[in-house]
Amino acid sequence: MRRLLSGNEAVARGAWEAGCSVASGYPGTPSTEIMETFALYPNVYAEWAPNEKVGLDAAIGAAYAGKRSLCTMKHVGLNVAADAFFYVAMTGIEAGLVIVSADDPSMHSSQNEQDNRQFAKFARIPCLDPADSQEARDFTIAAYDLSEQFDTPVLLRMTTRVCHTSTAVEVFEQQATVPDQKKYPRNPLKYVMIPANARRRHPVIEARIADISEFAETFIHNRVEYRGKDLGIITGGVAYQYAREVFPDASILKLGMVYPLPKKMITEFAKNVKNLIVLEELDPFIEDQVRAMGVKLYQPAGKAEQSYPLTKSIFPIFGELNPAIVRQFANEAGLYAAEIDFETAPISLELPARPPSLCPGCPHRSSFYVLSKLKIPVNGDIGCYTLGVAPPLSAIDTCGCMGASIGVAHGAAIAGDPERHVAVVGDSTFFHSGIPALINVAYNQSNVITIIMDNRVTGMTGHQENPGTGKTLQNEATISLDIEQLVKACGIEKVLTVEAFEVDLIEKTLRTWMKEEGPAVMITREPCALLPEQRKRYIPLEVTDQCNGCTVCFRIGCPAISKSEILDPKYNRPLAIINASLCTGCEICAQVCPRDAILFKSQVLAKSN
Amino acid sequence: MFSFPKLGIKRDVLNFFLVGVGGQGTILASNVLAELGLKLGYDVKKAEIHGMSQRGGSVISHVRWGEQVFSPIIAKGEADFLIAFEKLEGLRFLDQIRPDGVFLVNDYQIVPVTVSSGNAIYPSDQDIRESTHEITSNNYWVDCRSIAEELGNVKVANVVLLGALCGLMEAELETWFPIIASKVPQKSVEINRLAFQRGVDAI
Ligand SMILES: Cc1ncc(C[n+]2csc(CCOP(=O)(O)OP(=O)(O)O)c2C)c(N)n1
Repeated sequence: MRRLLSGNEAVARGAWEAGCSVASGYPGTPSTEIMETFALYPNVYAEWAPNEKVGLDAAIGAAYAGKRSLCTMKHVGLNVAADAFFYVAMTGIEAGLVIVSADDPSMHSSQNEQDNRQFAKFARIPCLDPADSQEARDFTIAAYDLSEQFDTPVLLRMTTRVCHTSTAVEVFEQQATVPDQKKYPRNPLKYVMIPANARRRHPVIEARIADISEFAETFIHNRVEYRGKDLGIITGGVAYQYAREVFPDASILKLGMVYPLPKKMITEFAKNVKNLIVLEELDPFIEDQVRAMGVKLYQPAGKAEQSYPLTKSIFPIFGELNPAIVRQFANEAGLYAAEIDFETAPISLELPARPPSLCPGCPHRSSFYVLSKLKIPVNGDIGCYTLGVAPPLSAIDTCGCMGASIGVAHGAAIAGDPERHVAVVGDSTFFHSGIPALINVAYNQSNVITIIMDNRVTGMTGHQENPGTGKTLQNEATISLDIEQLVKACGIEKVLTVEAFEVDLIEKTLRTWMKEEGPAVMITREPCALLPEQRKRYIPLEVTDQCNGCTVCFRIGCPAISKSEILDPKYNRPLAIINASLCTGCEICAQVCPRDAILFKSQVLAKSN
Repeated sequence: MFSFPKLGIKRDVLNFFLVGVGGQGTILASNVLAELGLKLGYDVKKAEIHGMSQRGGSVISHVRWGEQVFSPIIAKGEADFLIAFEKLEGLRFLDQIRPDGVFLVNDYQIVPVTVSSGNAIYPSDQDIRESTHEITSNNYWVDCRSIAEELGNVKVANVVLLGALCGLMEAELETWFPIIASKVPQKSVEINRLAFQRGVDAI
């Protein structure tokens, strides 16, 4: 049957069809929907782990225990999971293990642009790189077979365009028969990586990658499409689509497996075409390997040869490709002759940007309003609350990766920075990698104030459950981790949980703590305003005729409040107006208004009754 | 081969570029178009960028139909239809359209924070019209929001716009509507049908 599936849905489908029955991972755009979809299939166990490393250990444990298993994450998640990734490359598995890394060229929603095909080469495991949803499904199934045939984990590398593009997929309505339960392996030579055993394993995995390279010569998802012989293109992943779109007459060597490469197939292809190029997104990953084989690539006339360390030729090393970019760079390299009009008619108007911002009713807003007033350095973290960086709040000074806030603030404190540092971190991020950093603050008694913004959900990635929410991925009731107790158990004595909308209390507490020595943690608690339960409670507020356009309420950066067209007669300043279709009634504006010119919910209700 | 003589379109692959603001139902509309393409027997690709959309950012979706479709992304200047659920977003992505491609826009504005905070100015209708006329004479403005308000549910504005597209493509309501009906709650099928019909009639 043919169905329209996104690449992510297709991976979940392929895993299920292949008889995978255990999955663990951590959310992260563009990978999240793989796990969310997989969790809905019958006869499977799927979970959100607190972070990618924990998730990968769990999937490895299941694969050791003889169950086909899956671990999903976004590209940066693999940095977190790298330790586990490297040992499982050494030990191999009992049943198939597929690790999905969803890369994000162009950084649509990421802090960096790393090319995780490099990880496969780094750890000596095979890497498959699908170009559409059909391939995402087929490669997932192939990955399980490959994993078991060669006793290796397999990296399924996705990219945003493949994850979030829907294409037609031929699916099978049945799950492959799941292998019988095996006895848990007692095989320390293979599974206990003490130096003596690990030394024996290393040559094994080097030999394995050579064997897989040989296998790649006949792997059905590596194929040659001969058309015209003037131009030959080696490509993999979504770049294949751009190759077909832009060069309909070229011959193509389409690599489903981008590591290790089939050397004979490539040299043979090179012999059969006049000009040979590599078309790939991000790093010159295939290109460098092809050059290392001694294969000559096309050299644009009159252009200096690409040289170390910038070895990528013709196409850009950053950003997503698209047909226009491919045409433009091919044209500059003398490979695309057709007339192209690069001058898409520019729009002469200056257009207002539409940057994402903290939503109306966002419980993170109050802390950032206070922090921007206090003007102290704030070390941020990754989540919705990173939007505290945007004007007018402009209240974040650093943000690198998940969990970094507390450690970076601690670093400033131990460096003797005279200003008091505040770290801000979300609930999911705190569970992910904030806890060890907070233990460090407590253990080494640094002067860091940490605000844990507990909006009761993993917000940024689209409302996933986490250890604090009381629900699992498969919607079972479970524990709800008590953050305050946890913080105390980490060794922090000064802890206060406040309701996130209590602006004055937040301000008073921070001002007091800034005068005192030692670590402190404030937990601001209030569910995300977009949660269905919260949406039912919206009561839009109103501005009264007491408003004189003083602008204080504009400083909270709420999209629901704006300057109206009416001017205050005395000061000639625009009065505030609240957009009732956006306002949730969080009352932050009403609290900060110095003239009580914004009605609180109770006043609005009293008025309408 | 797709041929729409009245719109001056004759193509092997048909490109729909949809833009809007988070919460407007842009993604639902692109899902409908994609499934419709599949139902009509075409190869279909639908690419969208999630991410910041829930937080008030722009939402973009590319839908392509053809015998065989390769690139999931529509290159700049190659959209046959630019379908804008919000005026400023339509203007922002005007360069996606082919010369004389179709610009179909919901006559509705959602003011971004940069404007509400007084740091930028929302372009006037006249500016938008002038800019679009430089690129194409195939301009269609439909006041979907008001129509939806009249029908009693602002949420169906996206379906009004889909109806207008159906009208422009001179397609059969009975082919399109069942797909929409399958994607909305049972109790709102009727209002969606009315909304769709009003969109068709608006052209
Ligand atoms: C290592 C890593 N994994 C996953 C992500 C994707 N990601 C970005 S923010 C976020 C969760 C944020 O949740 P939370 O800390 O609860 O803050 P909220 O968005 O709810 O405010 C995730 C999973 C990432 N950036 N890095």
